Amino acid sequence: MIRRIAFAFFLLLSALPAHAVNPDEVLADPKLEARAREISSHLRCLVCQNQSIDDSNAELARDLRLLVRERLKAGASDQQVYDYLVSRYGEFVLLKPRLSEHTLLLWGAPAVLALLGVMALGFFAASRNTKRKTVALTDEEKARVEAILKE
Amino acid sequence: MIIEFGLYALVLSLATAIVLSILPILGARRGDANLMAVAPVAALGQFALVTTSFGILMHAHLVSDFSVANVWENSHSLIPTLYKVSGVWGNHEGSMMLWLFILSLFSALVALFGGNLPATLRANVLAVQGWISSAFILFIVLTSNPFLRIMPPPPEGRDLNPVLQDVGLAIHPPLLYLGYVGFSVCFSFAVAALMEGRIDAAWARWVRPWALAAWTFLTAGIAMGSYWAYYELGWGGWWFWDPVENASFMPWLAGTALLHSALVMEKREALKIWTVLLAILTFSLSLLGTFLVRSGVLTSVHAFASDPSRGVFILAILVIFIGGALTLFALRASSLTAGGLFAPVSREGALVLNNLILTVSTATVLIGTLYPMALESLTGEKISVGAPFFNLTFGLLMLPLLLAVPFGPLLAWKRADLLGAAQRLFFAVAAGFVIAIVIWYFENGGPVLAVLGMALAFYLMVGALTDLWLRGGFGKVPFSTALRRLAGLPRSAIGTAFAHFGLGVTVLGIVAVSAFQTENVLEMKPGQTVEAGGYALKFEGMQRGQGPNFTEDRGTFTLSKSGSSLGTISSSKRVYTARQMPTTEAGIRTFGLSQFYIALGDVMPDGGIVVRVWWKPFIVCIWFGALIMMVGGFISLSDRRLRVGAPSRRAKKAAVPALEAAE
Repeated sequence: MIRRIAFAFFLLLSALPAHAVNPDEVLADPKLEARAREISSHLRCLVCQNQSIDDSNAELARDLRLLVRERLKAGASDQQVYDYLVSRYGEFVLLKPRLSEHTLLLWGAPAVLALLGVMALGFFAASRNTKRKTVALTDEEKARVEAILKE
Repeated sequence: MIIEFGLYALVLSLATAIVLSILPILGARRGDANLMAVAPVAALGQFALVTTSFGILMHAHLVSDFSVANVWENSHSLIPTLYKVSGVWGNHEGSMMLWLFILSLFSALVALFGGNLPATLRANVLAVQGWISSAFILFIVLTSNPFLRIMPPPPEGRDLNPVLQDVGLAIHPPLLYLGYVGFSVCFSFAVAALMEGRIDAAWARWVRPWALAAWTFLTAGIAMGSYWAYYELGWGGWWFWDPVENASFMPWLAGTALLHSALVMEKREALKIWTVLLAILTFSLSLLGTFLVRSGVLTSVHAFASDPSRGVFILAILVIFIGGALTLFALRASSLTAGGLFAPVSREGALVLNNLILTVSTATVLIGTLYPMALESLTGEKISVGAPFFNLTFGLLMLPLLLAVPFGPLLAWKRADLLGAAQRLFFAVAAGFVIAIVIWYFENGGPVLAVLGMALAFYLMVGALTDLWLRGGFGKVPFSTALRRLAGLPRSAIGTAFAHFGLGVTVLGIVAVSAFQTENVLEMKPGQTVEAGGYALKFEGMQRGQGPNFTEDRGTFTLSKSGSSLGTISSSKRVYTARQMPTTEAGIRTFGLSQFYIALGDVMPDGGIVVRVWWKPFIVCIWFGALIMMVGGFISLSDRRLRVGAPSRRAKKAAVPALEAAE
């Protein structure tokens, strides 16, 4: 239903008049800023309903955005920024979960299911073909065929 | 008094639904025509009663009868009439009433238009509809009664949630429900067929229009919801992979697969068992979506505890219907005979590929949506699965499907010539690349991936037209003859071309807006100008305004291109008085297929205001493509095959082994 009520409602609860990225947060270096935006879109606003910190207007999201930029300015790589945030807020902060034994099923599912599907198709096709396959010739019959062909 | 009558009608409709659930099945078992004849009467009766009940609830909202708790909580005497009506389903109880109303509507439609169905099939189908209705009426009466009174009646209502005070609420939920619930008919047909243990091409012919209609409405509902979120939420996104969105997207994916497999079954009597399973799964996903959204389980795992009765009740409905149907399927599926054979490279083969990819995609979305919940309840570990995950996995799965789409209609049934089809699509591929490179040039570059993405989009569009071009024989026969041939094509072929073309248009919108969108976030003072998408945008200033139930600060901007003025855009921040809730109203101007999008942010201490300006090239294509798909759906629905006469149960030919025949 009204698929967004809860979503939008939650959003508005946290909608103290602030918004996603504000001009005062933007870094002077456009390359660094682009990286910051990319990283922000992969980080969850922890107090929001399924929103990235890049989209969110919550105070916490702003703090995280500033934190990301601070780290980048200090020369951290993307991976180091992610690691730092995970060490502070846990795996929950990543919108794209990392591959681990707990997420193996999640990441593996599409490939495994596709493979199973293909195998199932192959199996059905094969079982159908065998049903229709003519019975193999006995040795005696083969010998006769060869004899006839030689003539 | 009239309110009590609404509840009375609802309870009476439960009685009717129970009668509908039992008698026709007994009749079908015993071959008793009189008992079977109860089905259409009971279905129509139930529809009349539910309509009465729903109408009374709507009346209470229209006249702002605040003695009804539901009206008091979700309405206000001052809101415009449109929102009084749409506010009926802008809350839990009312939306379940809408769900039930549409379910009853579909039962009534089957009763009315099912005259050409075999008597036992019609009785069984309607009875299964009766089971679903009974479960949901019981749910409403026991846990979500919209007719509860409060004493003494409050003088004023608490207002409808401001975010919902939009024309979107009037359109989006009804369309979405027409889609969701429409698949119940396919489900009922599948269960009825399993009960009878008989299924053939005629069955697929009866099911396909219902699947097609439900799919068309669901497409419209999802697209409408996406556009609504885009302009209402105010940060320019149009799809968030939010669990609630996924809940509606999964039945759409499965429904798309169903539509295609029903085609194979109708034409070639193949994929029978699979089609029945898909029909069950599609509606199961609709039910699951209803459960996820209505139980509050998604917002937080703990929301379950806040209203356990509702969550548990829907979970029980879910388990009974999905579990029951799948058990029946497991018991009976083997009795359904396998149909015609086909080579891997054939129209059937292409449709199987379509089904494989769509099913895996559905499963991926399902697993991604439920994984965090499952992991947390099993290990206590909290993870997030968000847009970046879905974009990657879903995107990778869609790529082969999109490449294969134009091939499908060009391949012959049974056994086809892949190389020949590829040759015929050569023009589409070439055209795709040429147009993509031209656009890339005019957009002043961009990532190489964007070119490939756009080439894919145009390849889809030109590929869809290629099928019509070849079928009409353009270039081979005189133009007028080709046109006449085109007009004489089955409507379903034209519908297919529209739907596939629309898919290309949507892909174009997605790719273009991801690659070429520009964004400016800046603080503006009156008189200041900013450039975006080749246009100059000047901030004129802020004014304070007053709406019927809100106050607003409205920012006005004038737009110009190379000196000539193109009028004004305004964007505002509102505060709704009753709930003291702030919202932003985005300012949107459309130029062709592209849009300007302006959202206001904070007012700065020095008098400036934060403004976000987006130039979104080709964004309209995203929804325009969905509209074209919808038109395709309606064109296909008007096909003669689906309209005229009783589809005859063809004499069952011994399945001709296609492989051998072709050799």
